[in-house]
Amino acid sequence: MCLGVPGKIIAVKEKEMATADVNGNYVDISIIMTPQVQVGEFVMIHAGFAMQVMEQEEAEESLRLMLELQKIRESYANENREYFEEQQ
Amino acid sequence: MKQDRILMAHGSGGLMSQQLIEKVFKKSWNNPYLDPMLDGALLDLPPGRVVMSTDSFVISPLFFPGGDIGKLSICGTVNDLLACGARPIFMSTAMIIEEGLALSDLRKIAESMARAAKEAGVALVTGDTKVVEKGSADGIFINTTGIGVISSAVEYRPDRVQAGDKIIVSGNMGDHGLAILALREGLSFATPAQSDCAALFRTGELLKKYGRFVRCMRDPTRGGLATVLNEIAGQANMGIVVREKDIPVSPVVQGACDMLGMDPLFMANEGKMVIFVAAEKAEQILSELRTLDEAKDAAIIGDVRTEPRGMVLIETELRAERILGILEGEHIPRIC
Amino acid sequence: MKTESILKNNNEELLQEIQTENRKLALMEVCGTHTMAIAKSGIRNLLPPNLKLLSGPGCPVCVTSQGDIDSVIELVKETEIILVTFGDMIRVPGSNSSLQEARSQGADVRVAYSPLDGLEIARKNPGREVVFLGIGFETTAPLVGSTIEKARRQIVSNFSVLSLHKLVPPALEVIFSDPDIKVDGLICPGHVSVIIGLEPYRLLAEKYSQPCVITGFENNDILEGIAMLLLQIRKKEALAEIQYRRVVKKEGNPVAQQILQRVFKATGARWRGLGYIPDSGLEIRSEYKRFDAREKFNVAEIEDQPIRGCACGEVLTGKISPHECSFFGRACTPLNPVGPCMVSHEGACAAYYRYSPLKGGKK
Repeated sequence: MCLGVPGKIIAVKEKEMATADVNGNYVDISIIMTPQVQVGEFVMIHAGFAMQVMEQEEAEESLRLMLELQKIRESYANENREYFEEQQ
Repeated sequence: MKQDRILMAHGSGGLMSQQLIEKVFKKSWNNPYLDPMLDGALLDLPPGRVVMSTDSFVISPLFFPGGDIGKLSICGTVNDLLACGARPIFMSTAMIIEEGLALSDLRKIAESMARAAKEAGVALVTGDTKVVEKGSADGIFINTTGIGVISSAVEYRPDRVQAGDKIIVSGNMGDHGLAILALREGLSFATPAQSDCAALFRTGELLKKYGRFVRCMRDPTRGGLATVLNEIAGQANMGIVVREKDIPVSPVVQGACDMLGMDPLFMANEGKMVIFVAAEKAEQILSELRTLDEAKDAAIIGDVRTEPRGMVLIETELRAERILGILEGEHIPRIC
Repeated sequence: MKTESILKNNNEELLQEIQTENRKLALMEVCGTHTMAIAKSGIRNLLPPNLKLLSGPGCPVCVTSQGDIDSVIELVKETEIILVTFGDMIRVPGSNSSLQEARSQGADVRVAYSPLDGLEIARKNPGREVVFLGIGFETTAPLVGSTIEKARRQIVSNFSVLSLHKLVPPALEVIFSDPDIKVDGLICPGHVSVIIGLEPYRLLAEKYSQPCVITGFENNDILEGIAMLLLQIRKKEALAEIQYRRVVKKEGNPVAQQILQRVFKATGARWRGLGYIPDSGLEIRSEYKRFDAREKFNVAEIEDQPIRGCACGEVLTGKISPHECSFFGRACTPLNPVGPCMVSHEGACAAYYRYSPLKGGKK
């Protein structure tokens, strides 16, 4: 019930709505509870609303970690591909 | 008179039915087995044990990012045959079409099936169409039944799974489930996630080389990875332990699931395999799989143990183990 | 003893810290999402046996009284409304039916992710009455309140809300003042606190000498929250602190608090397991009467009919663990739930059933 995810505001629209980027998914949310939020800031999103603006550093940290993990996996896959092609 | 929608008359077996078959299906699917247009197809099978598999597809919406119901109906049954260790050769299809379906949609679906079948090296040899009143189907329901042949070098069965075997998944989990979920009415979010719908015959061929070092495989469709692991643990009467950090999930899928309160391990996949292999060949199989586009994100996610029998455990980020159970009656839209 | 250095430590160090605890202590979490997160993480298996994690009445679905569920089912069965609800409520059993069953019998019940979806359904169906089922604590109530205000602004007159919202602090008072419940510290709900801030816990901490730490939901958050509580207990302190600093501000969210004030007022409410608690629920103010489904449809108040043998009440107050309920895993499973603790995705029993290796290895 308390599900919340961090998202990055990528567009502020009219009538207190905004578009947020949650790991590449674009969500339309109400920013009525965070009216001062700016593009580029992170918010905690729950049931279609931004609940609070997040501390910038921390939010970016967790996002960065996730992208790094993805990059590590991809580079490992590339290394293996090259190794195997050499073996052919 | 030009019709642009399917009518009840198209299903009555009369002139309009024939025209439909000629103009839509035969045109896309022509092959020597189908062309005689008999009540059944006369087939020549290569030597080997025959495998048959059937599946019905009721997905809504019919068209989605990464595919459509047509492509899905071919790939789904091809993958089921591959999971048995067979080379898929022939396929039949039975369609139940809702009155009012746009003819152009039906054409697209037929062409999509033809493309998928050609790529997978299967021939669509016989089929049937029926039309039902508006409201009795979701546009179209498709059943496909496939036949293939197994070579004696392979034997994929859960009871061949042994303690120490490694478990490989051929790529990211949850893509198809999320792509479909996002199209559900009321979810106002746009996701770049696409269905991973694909026929995995390259994976199938690759694994055949390893013969009996490959114990068993299955495609994690409805119910996702967790469901398949539980099925096999039960059928093999072995325990399975997987590691959360090793299960590949794209950040897009993870973020969307976090937002919606869903778990990628229970979301459907239509272009992935879960493969049980002998430990001594696991790394080599993995490296080779990763050279395939359809398996570039493959990973070893866990192993088989004698205990706890019939159960699946997952090692969490904190290195504690907890149960990974089956999905129990949760509300999901039709996704495959 | 580390103080500030406990903060921002990695999971290994936090776990080591926690595992050195040798006193018999019970910490309670009061948030369904915490129940789930703790169960999924496997933390319980890593704690020393003297340290217990109790699950409290923090699942808003679980604490919805059976009579209230019956009222909603009656409403959908006897009218032509479209009922829009959060997913979890669909399977919760009333005295003899559920919304899911009502739907299979023809009632128009739809699941939504946001109350704004409910408003949208009303806009798209001007000839039908649409009722949004307002379930949830202070995390969700402001969202529903905001949607009611939007409905008024945009004059969507076929939209209304049936409020079954509840407030967390009054339930905490009941827990703390019950002599049968032994709690040494409180893991406070992260997202409820985004709205209400630190002050309600400060008052509770003072009044009942209870350490309170507002905690987030990642594994690192939960470990850090537990470590902070243990530290307070060691130092014999009883303070309210924020672990979930990246989202929770001391003052909470004043805009959300004002929405709550404008649209709702506190009223007595029935909590499953805790009984009637004064000023613990939210009813819609008379200025918004037109959007109050209770008024609009004269929703009946139905008596609870307790199910014999169902121990949800004791589970919800941490008096017994799910394994100790005689129905657990036998008469009561997620597929065939007896009480809401098993039905709700975030109920303590559902979490235990799904994730904890069962005692005795039975399945």
